[in-house]
Amino acid sequence: MTVTESKTTTFVGTSVKRKEDASLLRGRATWVDNIAPPGTVHMAVVRSPYAHAHITRVSTDVARAAEGVVAVLDGAELAEDWQGSLPCAWPVTEDIKIPPHFPLATGETRFQGDGVAVVLAESRALAKDAAELVEVEYEQLPAVAHVDKALEKGAPIVHSDLGTNECYVWKLETDDFQAALEAADVVVTRRYVQPRLIPNAMEPRAVVAQAGPGGELTVWSATQVPHILRFALQLVLGIPESKIRVIAPDVGGGFGSKLNVYAEEALAAALARRLGRPVKWTEERAENYVATIHGRDVVHEFTLAATKDGKITAVKSDAKCAMGAYLQLVTPGIPLLGAWIYNGAYDIPNYSVTFTGVFTNTTPTDAYRGAGRPEATYVIERTIEALAEELGMDSLELRRKNFISEFPATLASGLTIDAGDFHAALDKLLELLDLDSIRADQKARREHGDVKQLGVGFSTYTEMCGLAPSRILGAVRFAVGGWDSATIRMQPLGSVQVVTGTSPHGQSHETTWAQIVADQLGVDVDVVEVLHGDTAVSQLGMDTYGSRSLAVGGVALWHASQKIIGKAREIVSHQLEVSPDDLEFANGSFSVKGSPDRTMSIQEIAFQAHAAHNLPDGLEPGLEATAVYDPPNFSWPSGAHAAIVEVDTETGDTRLVRYVAVDDVGVPVNPEIIDGQVHGGIAQAISAALYEEGIYDEDGNLLTTTMTNYLVPSAAELPSFETDRIETSSPTNPLGVKGVGETGTIAATPAVINAVVDALSHLGVSDIQLPATPERVWRAIEEAKS
Amino acid sequence: MRHVALTVNGSRHELELEPRELLVYVLRERLGLTGTTIGCDTSSCGACTVLVGGESVKSCTMLGVQADGLEITTIEGLASNGQLHAVQQAFHEHHALQCGYCTPGMVLAAVSLIEEGKATSESAIREGLEGNLCRCTGYHNIVRAVSAAAAGVS
Repeated sequence: MTVTESKTTTFVGTSVKRKEDASLLRGRATWVDNIAPPGTVHMAVVRSPYAHAHITRVSTDVARAAEGVVAVLDGAELAEDWQGSLPCAWPVTEDIKIPPHFPLATGETRFQGDGVAVVLAESRALAKDAAELVEVEYEQLPAVAHVDKALEKGAPIVHSDLGTNECYVWKLETDDFQAALEAADVVVTRRYVQPRLIPNAMEPRAVVAQAGPGGELTVWSATQVPHILRFALQLVLGIPESKIRVIAPDVGGGFGSKLNVYAEEALAAALARRLGRPVKWTEERAENYVATIHGRDVVHEFTLAATKDGKITAVKSDAKCAMGAYLQLVTPGIPLLGAWIYNGAYDIPNYSVTFTGVFTNTTPTDAYRGAGRPEATYVIERTIEALAEELGMDSLELRRKNFISEFPATLASGLTIDAGDFHAALDKLLELLDLDSIRADQKARREHGDVKQLGVGFSTYTEMCGLAPSRILGAVRFAVGGWDSATIRMQPLGSVQVVTGTSPHGQSHETTWAQIVADQLGVDVDVVEVLHGDTAVSQLGMDTYGSRSLAVGGVALWHASQKIIGKAREIVSHQLEVSPDDLEFANGSFSVKGSPDRTMSIQEIAFQAHAAHNLPDGLEPGLEATAVYDPPNFSWPSGAHAAIVEVDTETGDTRLVRYVAVDDVGVPVNPEIIDGQVHGGIAQAISAALYEEGIYDEDGNLLTTTMTNYLVPSAAELPSFETDRIETSSPTNPLGVKGVGETGTIAATPAVINAVVDALSHLGVSDIQLPATPERVWRAIEEAKS
Repeated sequence: MRHVALTVNGSRHELELEPRELLVYVLRERLGLTGTTIGCDTSSCGACTVLVGGESVKSCTMLGVQADGLEITTIEGLASNGQLHAVQQAFHEHHALQCGYCTPGMVLAAVSLIEEGKATSESAIREGLEGNLCRCTGYHNIVRAVSAAAAGVS
């Protein structure tokens, strides 16, 4: 018998090197585009070049006759394959308008890139060639691409049968809000436009579908949500979920863009059934820019009310939120993910938030890293600066005066922050920053009238993440639960398999989940293998998004571990003939209290459990346990960030000089992996502040169509980051963890813009619209001069 | 169809290629070397970077027929005798990859940069890797890894 030795070290809190790297570094990963079962046919999608048009004729004869073509089908021909529309899982109000959304358009196209027909051929190249031969005649219709225009009287209507572009109005307001607003000494209102962001996961989407003769269906998809996709495929195709297997193998980033159920997934599955051959589709980048969801595209009017000595008394947000042409999986709910935290890190007793969801002839919006919380954090963190200016107060002093400082803290919006220390995070940030010397440098440059001016900007934030308590999700009309599962299986010879319901695509769960389980069971991290991303292996899961994996799925690991230890205790108690209460478990071994030489290791117990020669009466053989954990609260990371920028006042060019982040993500599991998550989030948020903007013209043509005209930053655009942490343990869960995936994207954008404005404030600049491109900065300076 | 002979990771291959086939598809689909990934259509992202005659080349910018007679190294051929190349090892040690999709191209671009003696400072590394995009790491740890590998190599 081989028994793996117990370990006394703990892995949680240390930077264990990643298990994932072995295959990724050698080019041995399994991306969906690597997969092609024998007989695979390749799919190409014919897409509308117009934002809004009648389809008057689809002529497929020439394409059908082309070399290697297996089939060509338009929306009408495929209509009978759909049992239901592509699902929207978050109908946020009772009277929300949810237009039907089928995988191919019939009759009318409603955004540039809307699918009209599919071509299937023997190779990728032949499918693309034949797609060029599909002739579609369109009659162009008036289009509307921007939320403000879409709500104007007489605007083109995206879905004419609805008679309006208003999708929903959602409102949350506390009882005495209006009176508080009217009683305030100072009221500051600002308008903010947050542009479209194109997520740009480095791996484009891809899907392979294979249908078996017994009605079974296997779908490989570059998705964040294999479990949700399985569920949705039953709704769209009418195949029972029990016959559907979804596999998300190695997935190359998501950032929310793969938290969806897409037309191409349904098309590949339906066509695999029709043809009896595997069907494969891999997105090209230009296709990704129109066919994969976008983020943000929100216009806010935002108000803070305060007493003259700087106590904020009321917050009001009124936002118009672009839905795009259809509602994808979570489209209408994205603003709501920020709805309860428009107070930011501050104690504000009176609260009013309104969202108007607006259809436009554009690619649907949905989750992009942070989803709702970057929007909310941006407007509060920009407006706190405006309020400070209005009050003649230092903005850090204003922040401190209003920080939530006692925890648990119930917000005006109704949710409760379990733990945090916002003052401590800001204290640590200031220690790292050396603000006095920055201000001195800034002062000197101003006095000299330097071309390059210096600015420092802050952002103090909290976020609700760790989605989510199922009851709350139900109360806000989200269609499914927010729990997750873990199965831990001790093999007879002492190694450990862990099955998780989360679905990583860069987050390192194979390493960090192993750390958590290794500590709980007292085994080496190397003997713990984490399985994920295949619904045949992991039956129960709600997948990976919303910084939920650790705070929900990670905590499920803890609960499953306790079940394993509980069962092991029964076996030891039986075999050593002692009361379970007289047994202590530590470092992977049970010992009898007072008789430290009478011990049994978890590996010995695993073997005994499998041999089953001597188990207590009625105890099942094997040492395996599943836990499904539904969190009682959201998790609440928080922190304080600062950006220092240098702005060229002649060219408008902005360079990050330093970026310093202090985050509180609860108990750290793997510090190096946490830092990596923070770096990536900050980079995306800096880029949203300075570079990225998906632009539509008035006719709904997307002008930023590739990476050549949508600026995804390279290493040359970004600085190194200074990151540190404070730690308040979350009392909501036994691990004390909070999650870290979105902190950077939530915190950093306002810090950067606050810094740019700070650099130019002496010139009279008080705001710059996102992103602060050289042209926008230069124009802001010129306008302030005139 | 054109007859092409090329050497990839030390193995000689004779292929009949359509003139329009990009090198990256030849590697991925003809030779099954799927370590080289595709991230864009516009030669912007560098995911498909390989070494051609020791120099980094975006394999979507080159036709398969242009590789006739050339020696190519892909990510699968970088480790030797089971030992990771110093750049691969540094990426592991410094957590310079998350989802890993850009990693093969990033590693090979870094190998080339170091061998050319251009990875001399943080700013030189940042400028030198400008053609390779990563959406996960914010480049912070990539730059650390390349600095460390360059220090070890030189």
